[in-house]
Amino acid sequence: MPEGSPDRPRAWQRLWRRAGARTALLVLGILVALAVLGPWFSPWQPQALDWSQLAQPPQLGHGHWLGTDRLGRDLYVRTLYGLRLSLALSLIASGVSLLIGIAWGSIAGFAGGRIDGWMMRVVDVLYALPYLFIVIILTSLVARGSLWVLLVGLGGVGWLTTARIVRAQTLALRGREFIVAARATGLAGGQIITRHIVPNLMGTVLAYAALTIPQMILFESFLSFLGLGVQEPHASLGNLVYGGAQEMESAPWMLLGPAAVLVALLLCLNRLGDGLRDALDPREY
Amino acid sequence: MLRYLTGRILGLLPTLLVIVTLSFLILRLAPGGPFDQEQGLSPQVRANLDRAYGLDQSLPVQYAHYLRGLLHGDFGPSLRQRDFTVRELIAQGLPVSLTLGLAALLLALAVGIPAGIAAALWQGRAPDHLLSGFAACALALPSFVVGPLLALVFALHLHWLPVAGWQHGMPRYLVLPAITLGLPMAAYLARLMRASLIETLRSAYVRSARARGLGAASVLWHHALPPALLPVVSYLGPAIAFVVTGSLVVESVFGLPGTGRYLVQGAIDRDYPLVLGMVVVYGTLTLVLNCLADLLYGALDPAVHHA
Repeated sequence: MPEGSPDRPRAWQRLWRRAGARTALLVLGILVALAVLGPWFSPWQPQALDWSQLAQPPQLGHGHWLGTDRLGRDLYVRTLYGLRLSLALSLIASGVSLLIGIAWGSIAGFAGGRIDGWMMRVVDVLYALPYLFIVIILTSLVARGSLWVLLVGLGGVGWLTTARIVRAQTLALRGREFIVAARATGLAGGQIITRHIVPNLMGTVLAYAALTIPQMILFESFLSFLGLGVQEPHASLGNLVYGGAQEMESAPWMLLGPAAVLVALLLCLNRLGDGLRDALDPREY
Repeated sequence: MLRYLTGRILGLLPTLLVIVTLSFLILRLAPGGPFDQEQGLSPQVRANLDRAYGLDQSLPVQYAHYLRGLLHGDFGPSLRQRDFTVRELIAQGLPVSLTLGLAALLLALAVGIPAGIAAALWQGRAPDHLLSGFAACALALPSFVVGPLLALVFALHLHWLPVAGWQHGMPRYLVLPAITLGLPMAAYLARLMRASLIETLRSAYVRSARARGLGAASVLWHHALPPALLPVVSYLGPAIAFVVTGSLVVESVFGLPGTGRYLVQGAIDRDYPLVLGMVVVYGTLTLVLNCLADLLYGALDPAVHHA
């Protein structure tokens, strides 16, 4: 069993005790529920054009709750679909980058010596570049407009910090008695890494992962805003904000609705990530 | 010291070479070419185009040719923006991007450091909570949301400032972009400054300075602040990378004629030399500035000695 597991319920309790984290969790729950269930409450389809309702401001009752865009598409449904896409993409991309980072960092840390030197050198070189350059170069590998672009680009950058954290932890674990004992029983290096090292660094990695998700959402919307990510007619929070910014002079609601959802999501995830890090970090208490 | 400096800068060359080589390979291995989007291109014309730009030659030959050009400061022709070399395009945009980046950085330092000091001095009281809450919001808000919102309020409703454009860098046109780019940096700096000053104020030498009967202002200026500024200096490296990427979006929001659009448009058009040129210029810039930030840190921190 991982060493951290007896502490885990207490970490959750510590998290829950913070008012900020509790509010963030609550708002986040509402947002996720809206993303999953919200579109069902509205009669509109995300890509259906309503020619009688072009660029309408928000109206209550049985109209378009967040208004419509230039093409008469319902912004409430589109925003929730965008939210759904952003959440799904960021979760998958965080998962991918965590997997790469854990594998890279634990192998480098466990192997040590020259292999470690070269592997971490690669991370250093990639770190030196502004991440957007890496993402943009990576996205050219896949056809534009496919979601793979985002997964490759986002997952390909996010692993760098994880790899560093995991390597540092692995170096600390490598000399511990239970690893030496595992070695003495003749266990192969790969098995030591998967059975003994990785489970022991999950606590640290999870705290970091919580802060990766909002970053991924930010990257995704950033790329979609620049026209490199999710393409029309699909909706993502990034390209909805972009579309809204184009029309804000005559139709500010096209910007305000999606922007409010994006900001609420990022604020809550950041607050939650900070709270989780504090709750898991024993130095704070 | 000089030997150390040249050593550090020369040490950047292999890193840069690796970055250029990797980018070159990935861009060339990627599917799709720069002339795919042109309609009705006969195979003959296409072959001629490929030959004119040397795209028909083998990859190693193209690579060698590119590197030879780089040594002479030649980034090659842009494949999509005819009649322009990559160097001309980047030379046009770079002053705009650098002005914006510098303005944002100065703004962040001018706002973030005093805010952090104020929050540290009033730790746990109203100004601290106010500033910390503000910083959390500024950090969570993406620049492509802040930019349009600022333009909506200050340009479209209040008519204080222009909505977008550049006009040869007139200060009026620089205000909103610089605020948009500098705000998250200011928030980060304020947090950094607050945490570091709180820690320094608790340290033994600050207590002994107080014990010697020095006034609060003197203790702050001469004893607490100089060491507390060190984390701020070490943030300068990441800040440079942040400015570079951030200005991409801010330029796009405010329609500034900087270099950001070349990177994005170049990637969309598969304009290899343009994207590579951007990678070389910004890679060099980031690496050298990072190195200088390191050196500045070393010069300020008495615990670091360059042998």
